[in-house]
Amino acid sequence: MVAGIPVADWIDALVEWMQTTFSFIFDPIKNDFGDFIESTAEWLSTVPAWVIIALVAIIAFFISGKRFGLVIFSVIGLWFVSNQGLWEELMFTFTLVFFASLISVIIGVPVGIWMSKSRVVQSIMTPILDFMQTMPAFVYLIPAVVFFGIGMVPGVFSSVVFATPPVVRFTNLGIRQVSDELVEAADAFGTTGKQKLFKVELPMARKTIMAGVNQTVMLSLSMVVIASMIGAPGLGDNVLTALERAREGEGFVAGLGIVILAIIIDRITQNLNKDKNE
Amino acid sequence: MPVIQVDNLSKIFGKKTKAATSLLDEGYSKEEVLEKTGCTVGVNRATFEVEEGEVFVIMGLSGSGKSTLVRLLNRLIEPTEGEVEVSGQKLAKIGKEELRKVRREKMSMVFQKFALFPFRTVLENTEFGLEIQGVDKETRSNKAKEALELVGLGSFMNQYPNQLSGGMQQRVGLARALANDPEVLLMDEAFSALDPLIRKDMQDELLDLQEKMKKTIVFITHDLDEALRIGDRIALMKDGSIVQIGSPEEILMSPANDYVERFVEDVDRSKVLTAHHIMQRPETVNIEKHGPRVALERMREQGLSSIYVVNRKKQLKGYVTADDVAEVRKREEKDLHHILRTDMPTVETDAPTQDIMEIIQDTPVPVAVVEEGKLRGVIVRGAVIAALASGNGVTEDHA
Repeated sequence: MVAGIPVADWIDALVEWMQTTFSFIFDPIKNDFGDFIESTAEWLSTVPAWVIIALVAIIAFFISGKRFGLVIFSVIGLWFVSNQGLWEELMFTFTLVFFASLISVIIGVPVGIWMSKSRVVQSIMTPILDFMQTMPAFVYLIPAVVFFGIGMVPGVFSSVVFATPPVVRFTNLGIRQVSDELVEAADAFGTTGKQKLFKVELPMARKTIMAGVNQTVMLSLSMVVIASMIGAPGLGDNVLTALERAREGEGFVAGLGIVILAIIIDRITQNLNKDKNE
Repeated sequence: MPVIQVDNLSKIFGKKTKAATSLLDEGYSKEEVLEKTGCTVGVNRATFEVEEGEVFVIMGLSGSGKSTLVRLLNRLIEPTEGEVEVSGQKLAKIGKEELRKVRREKMSMVFQKFALFPFRTVLENTEFGLEIQGVDKETRSNKAKEALELVGLGSFMNQYPNQLSGGMQQRVGLARALANDPEVLLMDEAFSALDPLIRKDMQDELLDLQEKMKKTIVFITHDLDEALRIGDRIALMKDGSIVQIGSPEEILMSPANDYVERFVEDVDRSKVLTAHHIMQRPETVNIEKHGPRVALERMREQGLSSIYVVNRKKQLKGYVTADDVAEVRKREEKDLHHILRTDMPTVETDAPTQDIMEIIQDTPVPVAVVEEGKLRGVIVRGAVIAALASGNGVTEDHA
């Protein structure tokens, strides 16, 4: 008989060791960064709702090529959320999604570039990305709590882990898809690696990378409900409470709020991706 | 002093390049090397020189290694063996930084599928090479505009490449290469993606530009007509090796082997043969020395009904007919001046046979071939037909 390999114990030990060893990193993140995003969210919720609705409407108008579909949807949708008394929750959710996506992109794009430049890095990163995406999202909550306690920071942390893979993959793909002839042309004119990257590859890969960013934003939004289990405030929290108390109406309304936010963010980021000369 | 010197240049794709090289030494063919070692022979010991201001065409069918060869010249592909020397600088072993400098300053490339950057305007595309070199905004924009004017696209500089036709896009590609003012222009099947009429225009335009610029051009093509049209010299490639190097005439008139001969047998000779090839030594009289008596004598000897008249410097003055000369002689005059006719058809020595055919249809006297005003030869109708017929003869032999 072979005794069960104590993988779970090892992981426990590893996480505990990391917690004590890296507390000098985790603690400032937990405290300072936590304070920062919380006060950002709080500040956002003090801004009158109509100001933000107007702002979103203006952004939507210009970004969708001066058409009114997205504008009308945004105004009605946001007004509805405010009307349901979920405005503050919406602001917290948005802040969480915003920071989670921002960090994902800041980490993901360089990693994607690195992957595209090196076959070794690609073969190491691919299984890690698979792992990050297929591991049930709930699992990330546990170390998140151990490292960062409860609240918004562990929510952002677990969202980043869950939502970074698409932007990494799409960046890698986008750069690898740049046609050989263009890469050759860049080389033939004597570009350095950096010039080639910034003047040819990234501009060429922009659309693909933006599609990855869009995916990342959507994934971190989907993480919002899950992150509410570790005390991340926002619409997800309302969904969770409604679930616990079996209040289907409240749950539906909060869920609808998330859907509205998702559609607005999705359409805006997608429109960012359109060409000027198209 | 040649601008490009290529010495024993080889490229073998695969892992066992050493084994493949020694097999090639033993005289095995490309297929046999592939079978034995798994290596593909890209270029096999190419040696040639390109002179300054020359249009050097490398021509071959797909898979002959011509595109690999041109990429070995600027080391977009690393050579397995051999050396490339560009204006005295050996390229095979220089470092990355130096290689970049060579690519920036000495050689520019034009690509088959244009390889323009779709997110940049025509002007920005043209500026690319200068931008990479760190040239300031104003200077590079001026140079780029100059280059665009040169290819006739000055008014399109704010368009994007996808708004232009194929021919125009390739002009941008050419302008982008010229903006750098390189010593050498590498053109990889530059006109192959264009439709035939546009291709011909581009060839003419390149030749016109070349008149002004006198660049050293290495031009890759699979189209023999194109090679013959624009090449000062042509290198014919097969299976990675250069089979023959020579002027268009040499390639056509004395193919080095069966392969080249098969290649050239379908060429329309009327486009390739020039007046120079089919003219005969002219019978003339010198107007400053000879009178009617000599003229008549010479015409009788050769069985001609007219004869060309030149001065002491061999400059063509006109012709006289036998009837006129006989008339003058009867009147015992000594001078040919007042019976001199000047309505003779003339062509330059490089006029294609095709053009001569049209002229020769309705003229009673032989066509005069002149070079800088001097009479070099005459062409009679029979010679044109004979030249074209011998072309057909080659085709029949191998059909």
